[in-house]
Amino acid sequence: MQKVLSIAALFLLLTSPLAAQRFFTRDAGVKFDATSPLEKIEGFTKSGTCVLDIKTGKMEWKVLIKGFQMEKALMQEHFNENYMESTKYPHAQFQGLITNLGEVNFAQDGKYAAQVKGQLTMHGVTKELDVSGIVKVSGGHLTLGSTLQVAAADYGISIPGVVRDKIAKTIKVTVEALLKPM
Amino acid sequence: MKKIFLLFLLGTTYLSTAQEGDMLSALPDEPTTDYTTATFKSNRIINGHSIENTAPGVLDFKISHRFTPLRQGLYDMFGLDNATVRIGFDYGLTPRLMIGIGRGGREKIFDGFAKFKLLRQSTGQRSIPVALSYLIDAQIKTLKFSDTERDNKFSSRVYYTHQLLLARKFSERLSLQLMPTLVHRNLVPTAGDKNDVLAIGAGGRMKLTKRMAINAEYYYVPKGQISQAYANSLSVGWEIETGGHVFSMHFTNSEDMTYKGFITETQEDWFFQNDENRLLSGMRFGFNISRVFTLRKQKKVKG
Repeated sequence: MQKVLSIAALFLLLTSPLAAQRFFTRDAGVKFDATSPLEKIEGFTKSGTCVLDIKTGKMEWKVLIKGFQMEKALMQEHFNENYMESTKYPHAQFQGLITNLGEVNFAQDGKYAAQVKGQLTMHGVTKELDVSGIVKVSGGHLTLGSTLQVAAADYGISIPGVVRDKIAKTIKVTVEALLKPM
Repeated sequence: MKKIFLLFLLGTTYLSTAQEGDMLSALPDEPTTDYTTATFKSNRIINGHSIENTAPGVLDFKISHRFTPLRQGLYDMFGLDNATVRIGFDYGLTPRLMIGIGRGGREKIFDGFAKFKLLRQSTGQRSIPVALSYLIDAQIKTLKFSDTERDNKFSSRVYYTHQLLLARKFSERLSLQLMPTLVHRNLVPTAGDKNDVLAIGAGGRMKLTKRMAINAEYYYVPKGQISQAYANSLSVGWEIETGGHVFSMHFTNSEDMTYKGFITETQEDWFFQNDENRLLSGMRFGFNISRVFTLRKQKKVKG
């Protein structure tokens, strides 16, 4: 009985996800751009968290809203206080699944196009989102990159009439993460 | 023993697969500190300072008016015919230090100040329930001396104010602040007046909407320091923010916008009785307008 148990335990240990099945980072770069012809509005953070499971293709992202740095302090305050309400909704999160996992060969260095289907939660609102991005495999590390378009109105972020022309309605979000084995 | 250990191993292996639903929560927690921001909208409550600093590299241009008391009614348009004006420039040097200068019309006063953040309210790894700042402000009265016979020294024109600002943002809507204050006057009007006047201020903000708030501020001067004829300063205002501007419209009984003026020389209470027992109002209308200009941009936005 003991032998059987030992073997079973050993087998489970070897096949358990301890060996680099998951990759992660805590310094993923996330940039947003809501620039309009009247005003340059950009924010950037280098403290996004991202985890990717290469067996299942599941990925999760989390970004601290207050972490976004903008050029103008007042703009950053408005971003947090009036638009994102970052005290009430401190994070933006994305949970997704790589749908074309078969086309991404994690064992071989190279660049692969990936399709991701998932949900983005931001400002307390969750929406389905389809994203296409790039997975770069090189020397045991993964780089994920993508650009997505997010409409502020979809996430309940209201822009008052007086500044309507100053802020783009659709915000371009660019993400880049260098993942290391967990 | 061995069996238990093996069972434990089995158990943990299964558990780790069972928790795959939330991969982020499987990551170990990283300790972080969250600093409270926007306790007040502006770096002033109404007359006195709030806990807020102007951000580094930002110039805050301020125009403030205090009109004459409402009591004359329509004859002088409820005081709007005459005003005392202060024009000021505030600038943020570092995330913790800001400076400013200004010129007030009453008694032709130049003022200059420096405000330093000693403690910031925060939660998380480094948790501090309150924010604390220190303010030093000097005022120079340039009005011509009324007594020209006397040996008038420059130092007689100078007033200093030291102030501690202790604030807490209780919720998204409510922020309160206490301000123990010392006003030093080199020259006082009578021997009965103290050169050092201690006062305690209290102020607060209640947010009505994302861009509107009600502010209030009161300075209490314990008796025996200044002439009994002077009143304590009380101001209540409505603040509205529109992009780069902050407008504050308020009622106050203080004509002066400098520390020595509104703490030690506020002339009338909001409501008071004159010798003929007529109820009068020292309350007046006033406004502050603040406009910010970003002179030096924050950390380069890249990526």
